[in-house]
Amino acid sequence: MTSLATYFSMGGYGGFVWPAYALTAVVMVGLVVVTWRGLKAREAELKALQELMPGRRGRTHEAQDQ
Amino acid sequence: MHRFANPMRFVRLAAAIQPWTAGVTLILLALGLYFGLFDSPADYQQGESVRIMYVHVPSAWLAMAAYSTMAFASGVGLVWKHPLADLIAKAASPIGAAFTFVCLVTGSLWGKPMWGTWWAWDARLTSMLILFFLYLGHMALLNAFDDPTRGTKAAGILALAGFVNIPIIKFSVDWWNTLHQPASVSKVGMPTIDPSMLLPLMLMGVAFTTFFVTVLLIRVRSEILAAKVRAIRLNQIHSAPGAISGELVGESPR
Repeated sequence: MTSLATYFSMGGYGGFVWPAYALTAVVMVGLVVVTWRGLKAREAELKALQELMPGRRGRTHEAQDQ
Repeated sequence: MHRFANPMRFVRLAAAIQPWTAGVTLILLALGLYFGLFDSPADYQQGESVRIMYVHVPSAWLAMAAYSTMAFASGVGLVWKHPLADLIAKAASPIGAAFTFVCLVTGSLWGKPMWGTWWAWDARLTSMLILFFLYLGHMALLNAFDDPTRGTKAAGILALAGFVNIPIIKFSVDWWNTLHQPASVSKVGMPTIDPSMLLPLMLMGVAFTTFFVTVLLIRVRSEILAAKVRAIRLNQIHSAPGAISGELVGESPR
């Protein structure tokens, strides 16, 4: 057995150690992707809405209406 | 105006902090993985399976820290009606649920070779499962009402009531001496864990915390923008030509 295979076998516990790390990685990357996409979607939505408002942009608009 | 003054400042602040917390997270994760997977010894009893600890224990810490954040923010939201606090509670629960899930599954993967079982109705395991359901309940309640403010209130009360579970999780290993091992890091006095194992554990613990902060900040920014979109849409309806706009706009609080 090569040293790399020895390493990945984790003393016989590779079947438990690697899935644990893989799941953690998948969940963390998934959280970042979902969260980042959500932010970009909201930003695009807000930009589209603000461009629809002629002459009343951004904060001055809020200052008038809130 | 006052309703968005603080949140919009928060958005700018969060956007400025975020690259730093993200950078720190990546560096600490790299270091933690290096020490956890390469430069730390196998346990004399558990062998190499002990390396599951470096993802399992930080997940458990974060699952509880996220819940505490959520409960605290819910309390502030309920008492002082601070809109930002409600958004923080809403942003925290999916992250907490995700890490509770990671904690439960990695614990199961650790339990099978060490205890000989994937699952046991041990006090620590059961209270962790309850934490997972509390998170799911919180997320479900937020979206259960047509009126979002009612959902926020109901979910906030659940988050506060469920906080009783956090000390139960923490002390479950002392109160009920069953399967799960007691704490070895947060002991009064010296932790009973070797420094070579404590180092990767701490690195991963801090990395998970800064990861939480990073993702939370992005989620809160999203929620603030979503609230702004809703406010603009409502305004458009009220000020649309032909609507009884004068009366409605005149009534809106300044």
